Amino acid sequence: MTGREIALQLGLVALVIALVWGAYQSAQTNLAAMGLTSGFDFLERGTGWSYSFSLLERSIDDPYRRTILIGFLNTLFVGFTSIIFATILGFFIGTLRDSQNPGLRTISSVYVQIFRNIPLILQVAFLYSILIHFPSPKKALSIADSVFMSNRGIMVPVFNMPLIVVAAYVIAMIVLAVVVARIAPTALRAIGYWVIGAVLMGVALVLLFTPEGSPVLSVPELKGLRFRGGLTLSVELVAMIVGIVLYGAAYIGEVVRGGLSEVPKGLIQAGESLGLGTFAIWWTIKMPMALRSIIPPLGNQWIFLMKATTVGIAVGFSDLFYIVSTSITQSGQTLELIAILMGLFLSVNFAMAKVVNLLNARLALKGYGS
Amino acid sequence: MSGAPSETGYFQSLHRRAFATPLDGVISVTVLVFLVWLAWLAFDWAVLRSVWRAEDVALCRDEAAGACWSVIDARHRLILFGLYPYDEHWRSTLACLAIIVTVALSCIPWFWAVGRLITLWVAGFATYYLLMEGSLVGLNQVTTDKWGGLALVLFLFSSVVLLGMPMGLGLALMRRSRLPVLRLLASLLIDFIRSLPLLATLFTAAVVLPIILPDWLAGDKIWRVILAFALFFACYQAEVFRGGFQAIEGGQFEAGKALGLGKWQVIGLIVLPQVFRHALPATINMVVITFKETAVVIIIGLFDLLASGQAAFGTGEWVAYYIEVFVFVAFIYWAFITSLGRYGEFLKDRMRQEEH
Repeated sequence: MTGREIALQLGLVALVIALVWGAYQSAQTNLAAMGLTSGFDFLERGTGWSYSFSLLERSIDDPYRRTILIGFLNTLFVGFTSIIFATILGFFIGTLRDSQNPGLRTISSVYVQIFRNIPLILQVAFLYSILIHFPSPKKALSIADSVFMSNRGIMVPVFNMPLIVVAAYVIAMIVLAVVVARIAPTALRAIGYWVIGAVLMGVALVLLFTPEGSPVLSVPELKGLRFRGGLTLSVELVAMIVGIVLYGAAYIGEVVRGGLSEVPKGLIQAGESLGLGTFAIWWTIKMPMALRSIIPPLGNQWIFLMKATTVGIAVGFSDLFYIVSTSITQSGQTLELIAILMGLFLSVNFAMAKVVNLLNARLALKGYGS
Repeated sequence: MSGAPSETGYFQSLHRRAFATPLDGVISVTVLVFLVWLAWLAFDWAVLRSVWRAEDVALCRDEAAGACWSVIDARHRLILFGLYPYDEHWRSTLACLAIIVTVALSCIPWFWAVGRLITLWVAGFATYYLLMEGSLVGLNQVTTDKWGGLALVLFLFSSVVLLGMPMGLGLALMRRSRLPVLRLLASLLIDFIRSLPLLATLFTAAVVLPIILPDWLAGDKIWRVILAFALFFACYQAEVFRGGFQAIEGGQFEAGKALGLGKWQVIGLIVLPQVFRHALPATINMVVITFKETAVVIIIGLFDLLASGQAAFGTGEWVAYYIEVFVFVAFIYWAFITSLGRYGEFLKDRMRQEEH
């Protein structure tokens, strides 16, 4: 390094320090002028406002600490739910895009062209507007008298089980996924084991935990002006999840199609000459090969979809971003709340990137490609 | 594959693939019938049973009426131009055209030289700004808080690309610099911004900058949002450029040095033109994403196309026709994004053919 280069770098470091110091100084002045004290003490104060959705017990007197935690859980909940469904639908669309049949190719391509080329926030807002124009609960549209759709949300039948059992089931499924990924010889067999395990455990839980004397399923029923029983999926939640899933599936479909199209033709012909059918070729040759080029861009899509949950604010869904921005208006603790928002998103992204890397390393074929 | 298949050849192969097995035949016919049915429903609703003129809005209440395009007839100026003064809408129209022409011209290979592209975009953007703002060319001044609708979307889009492109190149060069401090700063910034949702970045610019900047520096909200958006664009575009750099063989740097060129001459004359070429498809992809992502600024309180659309059906008599407005706004986005995306795919194919 020449002296000039060292001077340039030192100058740059000095500039960054000066900028940070200047920002700190003017923040002090501006905050003092607004009469605000900085610090995280406000986290213990009660909020005094309500919001649309929570997985945990909540009240209007919850401190900011708990409200932010609820927002964060909502973001994770909507994010992971959307990611799972978008991935399933995306693999389906991508496979159709890759098929030989012109009909299937056309319909999947129309899907991708529509849902990928309209901004997500517009799709979610559109869905939300349609959902809130549904009839009132009294005149709710029903499917087989068990699923009801009204402007208050969608009411579905649900297993009669305490919420904690459901939460335990979800955690057990995640643990099971890690375990089968370690012991199964191939990725596809791992998925097979996981599905079998999930179904068996689900059935066992239903048998064990359904309360004495009540039916296995709780079905929604119109009592007066409202519904009793069942599970109500609020309009905001449905608009968010359906919107993100439809949009994400279009992107994931393109990723899957790209992966499938890169599988060497010779391998497929080898499968055909062994007399394997279309499905066997897809399941045992194309998918295992394609997964290796699908996973890295798929991981990026997952991270992107998690960040996309921030559009919830457009329909009033109380995700982390919504909670943080409402907290800012209510408490004025802008800098602290933005730092919390950034810190949480950075850690989620970091964790997801780690998982994708692990998946990648697990799937890498030794001596094949790079 | 040798040469393009002839037309009959194409249809023959289509026919063969559509009816390869009996099951294929059933699927092909079912899907075709389904798509035709969907298209018919849409056509019937949007054209055959629709009402078009604002005066005829009473007809929309008929049970048998389809799309009520009266709302668009009555409110399209609000949707396209937001709160811009009514008498000055010709300026918004011309300004939007200036940006659209700029983007269209950039698609012509003749413009693919750094000097020409910069001239074109600066000229297009200046035309837009002078027309919209007005005071510099002797028209009535219209401040940015009155800009809205499609005009605002095009303004955000063009200023973000125009500012973000050189920033992205700078970040990419910093990230592959020999100097560790430059490298570290660029990597930190790029990874940080890329980990955050765009909305969080824009929101931070809108609400945090006024606190950490002295008053005289904070400026208008729209400029802070544009700067943050440009930073977001630059951080992604820097990675696109990095991919372009990686596609260039190291020998070229040495060849340049052997010819007696200085470091910056090698970069400017030999490396960058190839980087731009390699990065072109991914760059267009990034531009398309930027256009689409401008839709989130409604959350920051800017009056973009989505916000003006919601305002268009926000008043009493039009409330029932929200679907028509959403379809109209979605179609505008869709048309822009699809044509840019299609062009990107066309270029990618052409470049792939040239390589073989």
